[in-house]
Amino acid sequence: MTSLTALCTLLAVSALLIIISYIAWKGIGSLSFQFLTDSPKPVGEGGGIGNAILGSLVLLLISSVFGLPLGICVGIYLSEVGKGRLAGVVRFIVDTLTGIPSIVTGVFVYAVLVLPMKHFSALAGGVALALIMIPIVARTTEEMLKLVPHSLREGALALGAPQWRMTMGVIIPAAAPGIATGAMLAIARVSGETAPLLFTAFGSRFFTTSLNEPIASLTVQIYNYALSPYDEWHAQAWAATLVLMTLVLGINIMVRFLTRKKF
Amino acid sequence: MPVQTVAPKIQVKAPEAQPSTSSKAKVAVRNLDFFYGRVQALHNISLDIPERIVMAFIGPSGCGKSTFLRTLNRMNDVIPATRVGGQVLIDDHDIYAPGTDVVELRRRVGMVFQKSNPFPKSIFDNVAYGLRINRVTNSSSELADRVEEALKDAALWNEVKDRLKTSALSLSGGQQQRLCIARALAIRPEVLLMDEPASALDPIATSKIEELIFDLKKQYTIVIVTHNMQQAARVSDTTAFFLLGKLIEVNATEKMFTAPNEKLTEDYITGRFG
Repeated sequence: MTSLTALCTLLAVSALLIIISYIAWKGIGSLSFQFLTDSPKPVGEGGGIGNAILGSLVLLLISSVFGLPLGICVGIYLSEVGKGRLAGVVRFIVDTLTGIPSIVTGVFVYAVLVLPMKHFSALAGGVALALIMIPIVARTTEEMLKLVPHSLREGALALGAPQWRMTMGVIIPAAAPGIATGAMLAIARVSGETAPLLFTAFGSRFFTTSLNEPIASLTVQIYNYALSPYDEWHAQAWAATLVLMTLVLGINIMVRFLTRKKF
Repeated sequence: MPVQTVAPKIQVKAPEAQPSTSSKAKVAVRNLDFFYGRVQALHNISLDIPERIVMAFIGPSGCGKSTFLRTLNRMNDVIPATRVGGQVLIDDHDIYAPGTDVVELRRRVGMVFQKSNPFPKSIFDNVAYGLRINRVTNSSSELADRVEEALKDAALWNEVKDRLKTSALSLSGGQQQRLCIARALAIRPEVLLMDEPASALDPIATSKIEELIFDLKKQYTIVIVTHNMQQAARVSDTTAFFLLGKLIEVNATEKMFTAPNEKLTEDYITGRFG
């Protein structure tokens, strides 16, 4: 029993370690300050992924602005407000949304945002990522709120707190670290998405922060460079992968740090 | 709380006249029935709780004493599929009458629970919570005064005055329970309900809570549910004995534990069942 579980654990952990170290080994050679700050250049002239890093951050910001509040509100509804059949239906829909392939989300946003606007845009990309975030955030928020002990609810109600004050003042603060962790997991999840960005944010070779224009992202850049026939771009794709992984890891570590249990 | 559905074999006549320990009834319960779904947990209970006394509820587990306590501030409302019949009059006003403000009711009838349940906030914020949500005061100095007063009333001030900003969860079990009492006292309720407030505490913490109850009696009407008959004997003026959802006997505590009127009470107190 012990050896079997230990073996499985070893396999799982070593897979992660192998991926990380392989990417580091392949990517570290092309990393330089210039690579992190430059915009892409034609083959043979170097260039970097500065615009893609900026673009990814812009996309994450847009998707967080739309996705996190909406997702958290849905989670609060499911845990604190919704009762009976309706809540059950909403929960089923949210679960179904979680399972929708991300490329489908991309196509959907292409149809409802990109086509009417007649061009690709950062906004469309952010909305596509937000749609992926909402169900994840909603369900983790719901689970975290449900973990708050019933005794805390009774304590607040017994002091004459109306339900909304109890929820806002006691239940949500008590669940805040968990909700923040869920939010960050959602951000980490969408920061690795490529498919929904292909026909929404599209990609760009320039520095831009305009929401109304196509915007670069690390994942699409990696995708394009990896598919190219040039060795130099392959090397740059590895380096960009390393940067993306560091970014996701950084987000996770930051969350752990910010949501340490204060009380 | 699990409720036995089997009807008691022994027929009991309804308790007669109420004890005349005090003049006016703060809480008057009239023919109260209570149901969890189809299961009837309380049967036709009538009881007067006079002002500024300590009344203890005793009885075996599942006899409905906690359920009854929770009907007095409508805490059972949050449990789905419950139903109430009869009346609970507080200062002659039926708290189950349509249009009753439950929030206002709970401000007047405070509650301390079996398991201490401090909020994951600082000690100060725990006590200030009720004051803040009820907008008792806008001035921060007055807020601090009220918190200090409540902590002093709960005999906790000296232990926590230097660390009001630290987490309430850093306190010991007994301190946490006194904090919860302070939190309930801060909004100056008229009636204080205590559901086995010392059952999870060691004897020293228990005796502190008991002394506290004795002091609080001067200002508050206190109803305490307890499993511990010595505790009921020590802290209360009047005792009510519940069995299988029925109120068997209400009497002055001294009389209850020496010469109860009912055979069932005597059997329970002398440990023949329960």
